[in-house]
Amino acid sequence: MSTTALKDWPLWEVFVRSKQGLEHKHCGSLHASDAQHALQMARDVYTRRQEGVSIWVVPSRAITASAPEDKDAMFDPAADKIYRHPTFYDIPEEVGHM
Amino acid sequence: MAGYQDYLLHLADNALILGQRNAEWCGHGPVIEEDLALANNALDLIGQARLLYQHVATVRKDGKSSEDLLAFFRDVPDFKNYTLLELPHSTAILPTARGDRDYAVTVARNFLYSALMVQVWAALTASNDAQLAAIASKSLKEAQYHLRHAHDWVLRLGDGTEESRRRMQAAFDYLMPFTQEFWTPSAAESAAVKTGAGVDVNRFRAEWEATVADTLQAATLKLPSSKGFVTTGKHGVHSEHLGFVLAEMQSLARAHPEAVW
Repeated sequence: MSTTALKDWPLWEVFVRSKQGLEHKHCGSLHASDAQHALQMARDVYTRRQEGVSIWVVPSRAITASAPEDKDAMFDPAADKIYRHPTFYDIPEEVGHM
Repeated sequence: MAGYQDYLLHLADNALILGQRNAEWCGHGPVIEEDLALANNALDLIGQARLLYQHVATVRKDGKSSEDLLAFFRDVPDFKNYTLLELPHSTAILPTARGDRDYAVTVARNFLYSALMVQVWAALTASNDAQLAAIASKSLKEAQYHLRHAHDWVLRLGDGTEESRRRMQAAFDYLMPFTQEFWTPSAAESAAVKTGAGVDVNRFRAEWEATVADTLQAATLKLPSSKGFVTTGKHGVHSEHLGFVLAEMQSLARAHPEAVW
């Protein structure tokens, strides 16, 4: 029975915002028949221990991901450019938190 | 005061017996997400029952009563739940819960019961029994979610495949007559209404019937007749199924009374 459901139901990525957090964080995925269904299932699967105050669900197929084999070309060039970190600048008091 | 205890026990037993039934799906759900959803639902209901039993124990003032005593050491005639809630998850007349569980029956029963309880709990938040009012406001949120969950499945399965539609219709055809029990007040209910601690369930009948009719129509299902024998679970006169539910639920506590772990 469950194999049928897994075949028929699309996959959804679940993002949960915690009480303290400002952003929704990816916490996992699940199979559901539609968006509302995915929201309900996310509530039951991922917020049982008061983890969240808000849930997003996104169809997994809507996500375009970088390929693992492109990792070197994509990310290594940033490794030797430490001057891009803002730690080299003095931030004036009146600007406050950035 | 025995009357009022029976009213609280009616509410508590409803929650415990349906919670126990829904918990039977634990590890057997049609998909893992639904397995978790039903376990959550069962734990909500058992949580409601615990609070109500604790309240009964306080009301009794006998120093002996406890939630465990009330849940595990009472027998079939002492339970005041609706007969609807003790039935196995099956449309077939089977002597035990071990038959083929049908998710359509689970969904239909949770829908019929939670559509009533969202009204009952909302009204009980104004009970003159402050403890019951507090339990009601907690339970209301849970019942609202249970209703949404069950309602959505009625739509999906009713307006789904030919097979899911057939089973959803069969579940409602089977269960609907049991809902007549909602509208025939017991002595305990009438007494609790009089004192202002309880609510008259008949106040919600028109709205409940409208919810059921609208949902079944949206699910492309036929509204079945609720005519037939009026069950008497809330008076303590039950179907043959409750004994099996209690045997499974109570045997461990009775084999090891007052055991702790």
